[in-house]
Amino acid sequence: MKTILIPILSTCLLISATAQDANEILKRVERNMSSDNRIFESSMIIHGNRASRTITSRTYAVGDKQSFTEYLSPAREQGTKMLKLENQLWIYSPSTDRTIQISGHMLRQSVMGSDLSYEDMMDDRKITEIYDSEVTGTEPVDGRNTWILDLTAKVTDVAYHKRKMWIDTERYVPLREELFAKSGQLLKRTSLSEVKQIEGRWFPMKVIYKDMLKQGDGTEFVITSVKFNQSIPDYIFSKAALKQ
Amino acid sequence: MIKFLFKGLLRDKSRSRLPIIVVAVGVMLTVFLHAYIVGFMGDTIETNARFSTGHVKVMTRAYSDNMQQIPNDLAITGISSLLEDLDREFPGFEWTPRIQFGGLVDAPDESGETKSQGPAMGFGMDLLSESSGEAERLNLQKSLVRGKLPGSPGEILLSETFSRKLKVNPGERVTLISSTMLGGMAIHNFTISGTLFFGQEALDRGTIIADIEDVRMALDMEDATGEILGFFLDGFYNDDLALSEADRFNATFGSVSDEFAPVMKSLSRQGGMGTYVNLAKGWSTYISLIFIFAMSLVLWNAGLLGGLRRYGEVGIRLAMGEEKGHVYRSMIIESVMIGIIGSVFGTILGLSFAWLVQEYGINISGMMQGSAMLMPEAIRARITPPDFYIGFLPGIAATVIGTMLSGIGIYKRQTARLFKELEA
Repeated sequence: MKTILIPILSTCLLISATAQDANEILKRVERNMSSDNRIFESSMIIHGNRASRTITSRTYAVGDKQSFTEYLSPAREQGTKMLKLENQLWIYSPSTDRTIQISGHMLRQSVMGSDLSYEDMMDDRKITEIYDSEVTGTEPVDGRNTWILDLTAKVTDVAYHKRKMWIDTERYVPLREELFAKSGQLLKRTSLSEVKQIEGRWFPMKVIYKDMLKQGDGTEFVITSVKFNQSIPDYIFSKAALKQ
Repeated sequence: MIKFLFKGLLRDKSRSRLPIIVVAVGVMLTVFLHAYIVGFMGDTIETNARFSTGHVKVMTRAYSDNMQQIPNDLAITGISSLLEDLDREFPGFEWTPRIQFGGLVDAPDESGETKSQGPAMGFGMDLLSESSGEAERLNLQKSLVRGKLPGSPGEILLSETFSRKLKVNPGERVTLISSTMLGGMAIHNFTISGTLFFGQEALDRGTIIADIEDVRMALDMEDATGEILGFFLDGFYNDDLALSEADRFNATFGSVSDEFAPVMKSLSRQGGMGTYVNLAKGWSTYISLIFIFAMSLVLWNAGLLGGLRRYGEVGIRLAMGEEKGHVYRSMIIESVMIGIIGSVFGTILGLSFAWLVQEYGINISGMMQGSAMLMPEAIRARITPPDFYIGFLPGIAATVIGTMLSGIGIYKRQTARLFKELEA
């Protein structure tokens, strides 16, 4: 009986999702994931070939266009700051007292040795603006029902030509994502968990990134505290703030 | 009889002096040229060894599997103790750690903003220790175009072409942006001490060289290194020995299960060098064989002439009643003596000249001016074990065969006609 019911229920869910339109799902996801501004502290646990290390940071962000991150620990990274303004990225290193713009192929480098690249941080366009999407199925993830969305880039200047997302059908939060090259090769995989309701929105507090082309066991990104819609002074998002 | 023949040779200078000189000169040329060819053919191997592969190289197993990518995240750690082990267990090598790395060199303007940037290929090597031979090994002093070699921490060498591209000069500061051993971003300031000209486009495009301690600090590689290069103390690559020493090391220190266990690879097992080593071996053998064959013809001819020149003497000896076989055998024994004496003298002379060229080389700096740092200023011969016996092949065999061939005529001479011939 159970084996008959599950496919029937999945088909019903898929019919209702298709009716709901993939774009509409993504817009609701964006409403959860983005905000006017936010301040959060995070720990990035990088599981390397030899050992794991933890890097903590504090980030100020306005929308998806502006962000300022200050690394708090370990000692070697302490005081390193990163500023993103639109499509430009600068990094300040206190040991050299230099502010260096990260551009070109440097954007493909890993952020602090993690499974994230600077390029991943740079694309601040809305998903619905750069990808065509469709609901292709349903699947339970970590005990929750999800819609599977296949996204194909409609612009050429994207890091990942195809994406596959598993969206929580109830909370409109992605629980899993796979990022593909144009050749179809899987480049990265992310798992989002510890979804909490904060200030009326559902938000995943833990993301595990895995660069599939890199050795190691991936990078855990854990948000230890987050505040939405705070008042952030404008000077934070200036190059002068990097040296302060 | 041998003593009698030997005395005869000593007393009759016409039978000994010229043939011995001819054999000695031929053997000397054979020995010298063999050593020269081996040295010359080995030059490219040595150039690669000095710059990149070493005669042997110690890395982690994981690093060695991805050597082309220079994966410093797979570097060897705890190298102080490993270097001690290598010095103790493998004293036939000089060991030196090196770090190869990629990155970006950023030159600031007056306000500290980026003035210019370019991708760089870097080498960290021991430039500041008094006992280090790295600067000499790479001929860095002679390749300086401007400035000086690093004399204190924090100094760096740039290729001249790269420094012009970045519009920077010795004394100015540049920032290296690279990845640490743990994969994080490495940003480190250096002062340019000098610029180098390599004469090879790939190297001139963006090479930087710094002291290994500075590179360790920049890339967070404390007590670690990407590679440990080993060089034979005599400075020449010996493939058989390198292979056996690498096998000995891997049997002692290697581990199949631990990807970070050290592994030693001989030069011939790194990249395409194996093909070149085999090619060099083959070519030096072919060229040597051709020369030995040519020298054999010359000495054979000398033996023939010697035999024919003694036509009259042989006639008198036969007329006096000496047996043909006895005359023939005595001439062969004499040629063996001449061959041995000539070969010994020739080998000694050939080895002496080869040693001089091995030690001092033939200076080609005039021809190579401004072209290649990695090419040595002098072409050097290389004395190898075959040089001690290779000259005896043409020296004895060809002389004896020549005498044997010319001596066949003895059996064709008729006693009845001997006096007629002698009267003539």
